[in-house]
Amino acid sequence: MIGIEHYVVVSSILFVLGVLGIFLNRKNVIVILMAIELILLAVNINFVAFSSFLGDLTGQIFAMFVLTVAAGEAAIGLAILVIYFRGRGTIAVDDIHRMRG
Amino acid sequence: MIHTIAFYLFAAILIASAVLVIMSRNPVHSVLWLILAFFNAAGLMVLVGAEFIAMLLVIVYVGAVAVLFLFVVMMLDIDFAELRGGFMKNFPLGIALAVALLAELVLGLGAYRAGKLELGQADGTAATLAGRSNIESIGGLLYGEYLFLFEAAGLVLLVAMIGAIVLTHRQRTDTRGQNISKQIARRPEEATINVKPEIGKGVQL
Repeated sequence: MIGIEHYVVVSSILFVLGVLGIFLNRKNVIVILMAIELILLAVNINFVAFSSFLGDLTGQIFAMFVLTVAAGEAAIGLAILVIYFRGRGTIAVDDIHRMRG
Repeated sequence: MIHTIAFYLFAAILIASAVLVIMSRNPVHSVLWLILAFFNAAGLMVLVGAEFIAMLLVIVYVGAVAVLFLFVVMMLDIDFAELRGGFMKNFPLGIALAVALLAELVLGLGAYRAGKLELGQADGTAATLAGRSNIESIGGLLYGEYLFLFEAAGLVLLVAMIGAIVLTHRQRTDTRGQNISKQIARRPEEATINVKPEIGKGVQL
């Protein structure tokens, strides 16, 4: 029988893969954004699984808000990416030092 | 039985496609694997009875976010091979960190199963309504108790939309677009002039 532990393990693996994706593709900001989507997906799976196994719908409501924020984040991130590419002609993010940060 | 098989199938494909998202050489392939990952995550959510979130995941992620990614990846003219530099250099450190993080997460799960940690119990205020489907219960909760949060989510989307438009909008000076107000403000008396040329001089060939 599939229990909550199975879901937690799957979402943990997915979360770790997202973190690993950020590490491995340090230059390619598009893949970094996709890795962030994977992390948010792992969070959503966790929310939904706990919500379902506890019999409490609040987790599913919260997963919807996570989804909203993820959609907004992707839109803004890609818009910044497009204007950065328009100005610089590259999207290599490891040598961004325009703001001297 | 079929439930278990479906779970392992969805979970295996989900994790395999997540690996391929971060390992693919071509970001277009990454986006396509991401779409597969979202479909399988939706399958996992259907298995626990969260149909509404599963369908929302397919519609919002696959229908909007992944297609947005696909547009941007294909629109930008980027040498992706150059961007993969440092992939192998970061690989050992990344794997070490990932294994450490996963070990910590699974350790936490083991501690929970050992019974030393007490998680809170649901108080039943947001339980599924008896005899109602998942989407009806969610609707009741969303338009009742969480109405203001729901509207705040709409506001977040509005701000994201305006932000994306403001960021990417640009006034182009190298093209000649239609100036509608100038067109409408034009009157016949200033657009045409009436001249009386002498005979044989009106037309110059």
